[in-house]
Amino acid sequence: MQISIEEVRKIAKLARLHLTPAEEEMYAQQLSDIVGYVEKLNELDTTNVPETNQVTGLTNALRADEVRPFGHEAALIATSQNPLRDGQIQVKKSI
Amino acid sequence: MDLTTLTLLETRDLLASGQTSASDVTQAYLDRIAHLDDKIGAYLRVNPHAAAEAAAAKTGTLAGLPIAYKDCYCTAGIETTAASKILSGYVPPHDAVSVARLKAAGAVTLGKTNTDEFTMGGSTENSAFQLTKNPWDVTRVPGGSSGGSAAAVAADLCVAAMGTDTGGSIRQPASFCNIVGLKLTYGRIPRSGVIAMASSLDTVGVLTKRVADAAAMLQILAGHDVTDATSGQTEVLDYTAALADGVAGKRIGIPKEYFSEALDAKVAAVIRAGIEKLRELGAEIVDVSLPHTAYAVPAYYLIVASEVSANMARYDGLRFGPAGSGENLIETYFDARTRGFGAEVKRRIMLGTFALSAGYADAYYKKALRVRTLIKQDFEKAFAQVDLLAAPVAPSTAWKIGEKINDPLQMYLEDIFTTPVSLAGMPAISVPAGFVEGLPVGLQIVGPQWGEPQILAAAHAYEQATEWHLAKPVIQ
Repeated sequence: MQISIEEVRKIAKLARLHLTPAEEEMYAQQLSDIVGYVEKLNELDTTNVPETNQVTGLTNALRADEVRPFGHEAALIATSQNPLRDGQIQVKKSI
Repeated sequence: MDLTTLTLLETRDLLASGQTSASDVTQAYLDRIAHLDDKIGAYLRVNPHAAAEAAAAKTGTLAGLPIAYKDCYCTAGIETTAASKILSGYVPPHDAVSVARLKAAGAVTLGKTNTDEFTMGGSTENSAFQLTKNPWDVTRVPGGSSGGSAAAVAADLCVAAMGTDTGGSIRQPASFCNIVGLKLTYGRIPRSGVIAMASSLDTVGVLTKRVADAAAMLQILAGHDVTDATSGQTEVLDYTAALADGVAGKRIGIPKEYFSEALDAKVAAVIRAGIEKLRELGAEIVDVSLPHTAYAVPAYYLIVASEVSANMARYDGLRFGPAGSGENLIETYFDARTRGFGAEVKRRIMLGTFALSAGYADAYYKKALRVRTLIKQDFEKAFAQVDLLAAPVAPSTAWKIGEKINDPLQMYLEDIFTTPVSLAGMPAISVPAGFVEGLPVGLQIVGPQWGEPQILAAAHAYEQATEWHLAKPVIQ
């Protein structure tokens, strides 16, 4: 299927990416090529074939619901290159 | 004696006998990196504390051995970027679990190696920072995405290296660089602290000078960790002892679909000679069929792109890497991501966003998940008849830098022999098997889930009966 420039703009907005007009053209072409290729999967009849989400065979890897102190909050917050205040990352307002 | 020419086990023996010191070993590698790496570009950064780490007294089975880490491994106190601008300046406060295990065994961190950005690629050309050259021909790619690690091992710039393999990213560069590349069963080694690309496919693995070196490292790395819900509870076996099991009496299947027109004829000849050698060593060679082979690449790239679109969502310019700028919060996201991500990353994010979106998810993402089941079943049926599979790693040898970079789809098609194994979650190893016009070719040996002992044993028997692994590149 052809991916239109309109479709690319919609996708880019969902993915929080700004594209230049030249990039929109380029990605529309490349994504169209790739999507066209992966449509090869339609050659296979997969009626009644279950989906494989992961191959471990594991289900519900759980641990006891106990609170454990973490102790590395400051080290984690320090990786931000944004201004910090009171152990929190300061961000721009949402709207 | 040039310490950098030694294998991991040879170095370990020399250290144990007191004939050399950990400081001398690390210094030898640091000197060689300083002298040669400007020609190869394997390292993004060398650990400034490597000499000090080596000088500190160490115990453990890997004591004093200098290891390089692909830059998707979080290394505490050492910048970790996954070769992306979006993580420039990010210094993790913690080691990945695999890094911590190697350090607990006494290993020294030599540095961080180059990769395709967020491990997306098959040539290491997608790195945001530098090119890595193939030590066998510096006009050619080392393969990818673990190209920095592969080049470092091949050029004796480390004693061994860590990499990741999601669709071939350890096996293919190992094949292109004439070294051993071990992809584990999905879940054998915990992925905690390794920057995620496609979480149902990513595996932690090793690149080494010898199969026995890989077994020694696996012994330290394998085993469950509570921080990785996908890590296996399956028993860790004695991988070094298993090497002696050899390959005699084993049934080895040759998947006929892997010998298609896509496979270069000269590479095919090397692989067939390798299979003959396995027969000479006592293996029974059997034809098998993996009928859904041709559907692995499309299924793989749909699943990968979908998981990538989710995994890359955390890069928001807030918590790691350069801050985004903008009038409001959402603009800071657009800014950080637009400036921070390279083209291949953006392409996969967008492909995944499309494949998961309402109206398309059934036809694309879920279709791929059903095809994944068919591919996994191909391997399960094959392993009901045979113990191992032998196959090529890549359709060709290393291509010229720049040759495929403008055609993403052409690059994806290089993964035809590695992605099926990844989708099934099985273990596989690439071992040096010969040369075509001076360029290395690896033989891929695939095993069933948790079949590390068998693939290591077969690869070790093959390696010890041949001399390909002894060849070293002359770096121009």
